[in-house]
Amino acid sequence: MKDQITTKSMPYEAFKDNEYIENLVGELRASGTNVLVGVLDDLINWGRSNSLWPLTFATSCCGIEFVSLGAARFDMARFGWEVARASPRQADFMMVAGTIVNRMVPVFRRLYDQLAEPKYVIACGGCAISGGPFRKSYHVAKGIEDIVPVDVFVPGCPPRPEAMIYGIMQLSRKLKVERFFGGVNRQEKVSDFEAIQKAKETTGAGE
Amino acid sequence: MANLQEKISLLFPTVKIEEADTLTLTLEPAQLHEVCQKLRDDSELAFDYLETIVGMDWTESLGCVYILNSTVHGHTVSIKTSTTDRENPYIPSVADLWAVAVTFEREVYDFFGIIFVGNPDMRRLFLNIDWKGYPLRKDYDDDPSLNPCSIENERQSDDTYVYTQGEDGQVIRNEKPIFAPDDFVVNIGPQHPATHGVLRFRTALDGETIKKIDVYMGYIHRGVEKLCENLTYFQTLHYMDRLDYFSAHNYHHGLCMCIEKAAGIEVPERAQYIRVIMDELSRIASHCLFIGTFCMDLGATTMLFYTLRVREQILDIMDKTCGARMTFNYDCIGGVLADLDKDFVKDVKDLLAVLPANIKEYNKIFTGNVIAKNRMTGVGVLSREDAISYGCTGPTGRASGWACDVRKTHPYSLYASMKDTLKWDEVVMDEGDSMARFKVRIAEMEQSARIIEQLIDNIPAGDYCAKVPKVLKLPKGSWWTVVEGCRGLFGVYIESDGGVNPYRLKLATPCLPLAAAVDHMTSGQKIADLITIGGSLDYIVPDMDR
Repeated sequence: MKDQITTKSMPYEAFKDNEYIENLVGELRASGTNVLVGVLDDLINWGRSNSLWPLTFATSCCGIEFVSLGAARFDMARFGWEVARASPRQADFMMVAGTIVNRMVPVFRRLYDQLAEPKYVIACGGCAISGGPFRKSYHVAKGIEDIVPVDVFVPGCPPRPEAMIYGIMQLSRKLKVERFFGGVNRQEKVSDFEAIQKAKETTGAGE
Repeated sequence: MANLQEKISLLFPTVKIEEADTLTLTLEPAQLHEVCQKLRDDSELAFDYLETIVGMDWTESLGCVYILNSTVHGHTVSIKTSTTDRENPYIPSVADLWAVAVTFEREVYDFFGIIFVGNPDMRRLFLNIDWKGYPLRKDYDDDPSLNPCSIENERQSDDTYVYTQGEDGQVIRNEKPIFAPDDFVVNIGPQHPATHGVLRFRTALDGETIKKIDVYMGYIHRGVEKLCENLTYFQTLHYMDRLDYFSAHNYHHGLCMCIEKAAGIEVPERAQYIRVIMDELSRIASHCLFIGTFCMDLGATTMLFYTLRVREQILDIMDKTCGARMTFNYDCIGGVLADLDKDFVKDVKDLLAVLPANIKEYNKIFTGNVIAKNRMTGVGVLSREDAISYGCTGPTGRASGWACDVRKTHPYSLYASMKDTLKWDEVVMDEGDSMARFKVRIAEMEQSARIIEQLIDNIPAGDYCAKVPKVLKLPKGSWWTVVEGCRGLFGVYIESDGGVNPYRLKLATPCLPLAAAVDHMTSGQKIADLITIGGSLDYIVPDMDR
């Protein structure tokens, strides 16, 4: 057993195990679609999922791993994600890399609002997911899920660049099965999210 | 130290002096300014460098600990002062003696609500202006409903406060506008690709020339110091990785040294070797990333790919031993957490073999480039006096001619025990401009490689960690330790009440003074140079905000 190579990362089969996306596909199949519209969707989604442009949004440690991701070794350009935009108007998704503190929340929310539809959010690292090691602090938001709708969570502190690649690949998989013409549209998701938030507020935050 | 004590007691016969970890002067707030002025101006004392101001809440009183250092004689002294008034605690400001005190006092005000009479800018530093309570006070109410996490835009004011003492001793609050009425103010940040993190500048411009910069911090203030107060000493360590994430090893080293000093733990020699080698490897990796991002800010995107090549090689070495790429959590109290990987020595030697060629390449591509020269030479000059007054340590201070490397001035670990045998030079330049700051870092990479070269073959066998009790209690008292991080002096102040948690853990990070000096360095420069100056200072915002 000693000489056998043991991999610390996830097994290869698990890489293809995507219950969430399978459910989404099932849902889409059940509702059915026009062939013409379906083909058009596929075409658009093929293009969208292969040119996801991130917004440069990094607050702390995870941001440095994001820099490594952009450099030659991990080379996210292979997948069409390399054009990190400084302006939210030109970006497709936001990789929230780092802690979001109370003072940053309004700024972060505004950047999200400025992203053009369709837009996506990846919560990258423990801090963005739940507050991470700083959860008990007086000045840290306990996860960005309360502020914006999140599409993919990438755990780690900070996640390794490989994990980030996997996270963004999950997002592009998700994109591939979306229906651009009606159906699962982001606009509706955001309004759903806001309704949930409002309900939470009226019931006294629920926690 | 006895000499120093005699000298000070001669000067101030009424002041109580005790010899603890550092020489400590305890005095009334009313005496503070006079004593500080004498300590700074007396040529035999010459305490011209304010290392930090530690805010303290001793429950029955609020106060400050000022830690002063002399760049001439190298001695350190701390001054304790306190006031029992918790409603309106007033302490005279020392902002006119040390420029960096303006920012330090704002930090203490933000955390403890102590008002410094005479400070020209008495606003909160990290928290919003309508934040309720002072978080580092022991009686702070951390109920989230008092200070909710809101998506509403934060309220801000164009005015600051100045407190002055009137004839009758009454303290008066005056409002003072931050900018002149006809200033044209442009907002840069907090989310800006060239600000190196979430830092915000409100910039008053005259055409393209910068008149004044108001630095807004706190966009990544995570309250590490408060969090540490509820953790055991072992648990506080992991936060050191997340302050300045490039100097993770160095910061760990600093905090471990402070705790070891207080608990009287001897670190085995093997662990000291490992720590120092890791520190120096971190320094090379950190400066590599600095060169990459700095050149990228100036438009040379390709440099990032060249410098990250070396950085990745170093991260691989650390990954094998520590099991992580960035947040290592490797140094522990008493030594290091695990022994070195079996390939460590070989990998480090491979790195040392390729490093000189890489540095040569960086110089060839960028340093001699005419565009780079024009953009960096003479831009953002910081004189030696200002560097000391603003407390800008590390490569920034050394580029201004201030030999401030803690490894030479206050040697620790192997730098002390091998003082005569370990051959390396402190890189000091006199120009004080962005070019000098860039060159100092390149030269420091060579020096770090030189240190590693001498150590790597001689790592002694033995334990990598001393025996440390499972429950660690520090005796009553306070301790101050400094180490050289990648960006300058990193100080740890621990005050213990005898329990398992620190009563107060203050982290004096090098990036806060750097940010405090931005206004001074940029005024009169062009706005495009702000990117050069900010980049060359190489501040890390989570480090400054904590």
